Amino acid sequence: MIKFTEEHEWLEVEGDVATVGITDYAQNALGDVVFVELPEVGATYDKGDEVAVVESVKAASEVYAPLAGEIVEVNEALEGEPALVNTAALDAGWFFKMKLADVGDLDDLMDETAYNEFVEGLD
Amino acid sequence: MTDDTLLKTPLYDLHVAQGGKMVPFAGYSMPVQYPLGIMKEHEFTREKAGLFDVSHMGQCFIHSKDGSDPAAAIEKLMPGALQVLKPGKMRYTLLLNEDGGIEDDLMVTRTHDADGKLYVVVNAACKDKDYDILEEKLGHLITVEPLEDRGLIALQGPRAVAVLAELAPEVADLGFMEATAVTLEGVVCWVSRSGYTGEDGYEISVPESEAKALAERLLRSGDVELIGLGARDSLRLEAGLCLSGHDFDATISPVEAGVTFALGKKRREDGDFAGAARILKELSEGPSKVRVGLKPAGRAPAREGTPIADADGNEIGIVTSGGFGPTVGGPVAMGFVPTAFADEGTEVQLMIRGKAHAAVVAKTPFIEQRYVRKKSILSLDLWRIGP
Repeated sequence: MIKFTEEHEWLEVEGDVATVGITDYAQNALGDVVFVELPEVGATYDKGDEVAVVESVKAASEVYAPLAGEIVEVNEALEGEPALVNTAALDAGWFFKMKLADVGDLDDLMDETAYNEFVEGLD
Repeated sequence: MTDDTLLKTPLYDLHVAQGGKMVPFAGYSMPVQYPLGIMKEHEFTREKAGLFDVSHMGQCFIHSKDGSDPAAAIEKLMPGALQVLKPGKMRYTLLLNEDGGIEDDLMVTRTHDADGKLYVVVNAACKDKDYDILEEKLGHLITVEPLEDRGLIALQGPRAVAVLAELAPEVADLGFMEATAVTLEGVVCWVSRSGYTGEDGYEISVPESEAKALAERLLRSGDVELIGLGARDSLRLEAGLCLSGHDFDATISPVEAGVTFALGKKRREDGDFAGAARILKELSEGPSKVRVGLKPAGRAPAREGTPIADADGNEIGIVTSGGFGPTVGGPVAMGFVPTAFADEGTEVQLMIRGKAHAAVVAKTPFIEQRYVRKKSILSLDLWRIGP
């Protein structure tokens, strides 16, 4: 199951763990990513908390927790190769894995069709 | 300011047609980047030649009111040796206030006109202020004639000479910081060998009605790409060049800003310019703080406003320009620290989002500047050394 937020994050969910990254729309808007600051494994966040920072050549942007939960893994490959966020936003460019506090919260997020419509409405 | 009230340069339609991402900048709608992206635009400029629309900058002529040298008048507010400029020679200088703070930096060129009038280029965000200061302080001596009907195109990079020489071979003979009138595609332009990227290249002042056609002609070369403000900023940052209003402002002196090369030797001796008392004192006794280059040890960029701390975590200064340097391949920054921390190699910490990141004070430019240097070693680089 894949879900999306209005902050242009995607969540791929297996059981109660969501792999989280930013969408192709987001990476394209940011431009060349040169640095990603990732959270600590074990840290817990509420929905909307600032979890990570993604920096392009021109600016830094926050990544917010899409739902409440605990960080169980981060993508260390981004330290050496932050450009993965541009080249593989939806797979190798993932940011972190989060154990969701309540899987039921996923119902509040958009599915792929709804997200695509949301993005079309932005331009 | 809404999009409707933003000004447009003569190249606006070209930017939009080429997919430029337009943003408000100094009251203008300007391209921050094109589809190529800031990273590749930056690299292309260092490898080939970048074409920059800098038409938003202020171009003006300065005339004398009584037939005397207009440079003598503006030297009252500018510390560079300007009266000695011969026709076709230009110099980087500073507009100072009475407290010795830098209101703006600017380029002053002596034209070939018999009356010795000056051609001046100032920063976009400062042009109204600069013209007002010149009028208020020197209006009895000089007339400022803004050139509102001209575009300004910068062509920067190692291929710039070959590309522009296709249109006018004589541009290859211009030395660094020299300028002359050149006919390009049938249009008389004012061409200088100068720029703000650390690369060899030109700035071309062109009548606004002809600016788009000239840009399109230059872009027909496979060695030229349009470059936006994003890469313009990373290029000048790597070159260690100050951004007005960021790396200095009206409270910062030329000594603090590390631009003492703009203080002419004889001008220092005579001390006959605005703010000379403070500036000469700082020259002899040293300033309390100074602009330095900063090289973060890790990968995190330190942006403008990032606090600088000493090894013990005490806040000692602030980053004034910073980001990622594509040619350096990592983050670079500039900022102000107390003079005791200004030596190259001094270890400091950059407090990025509240977390300490190790960095060292580094020499600027972060990359090798590649200005053309003709003639003997004694006359090289008039900009940096001064008379």
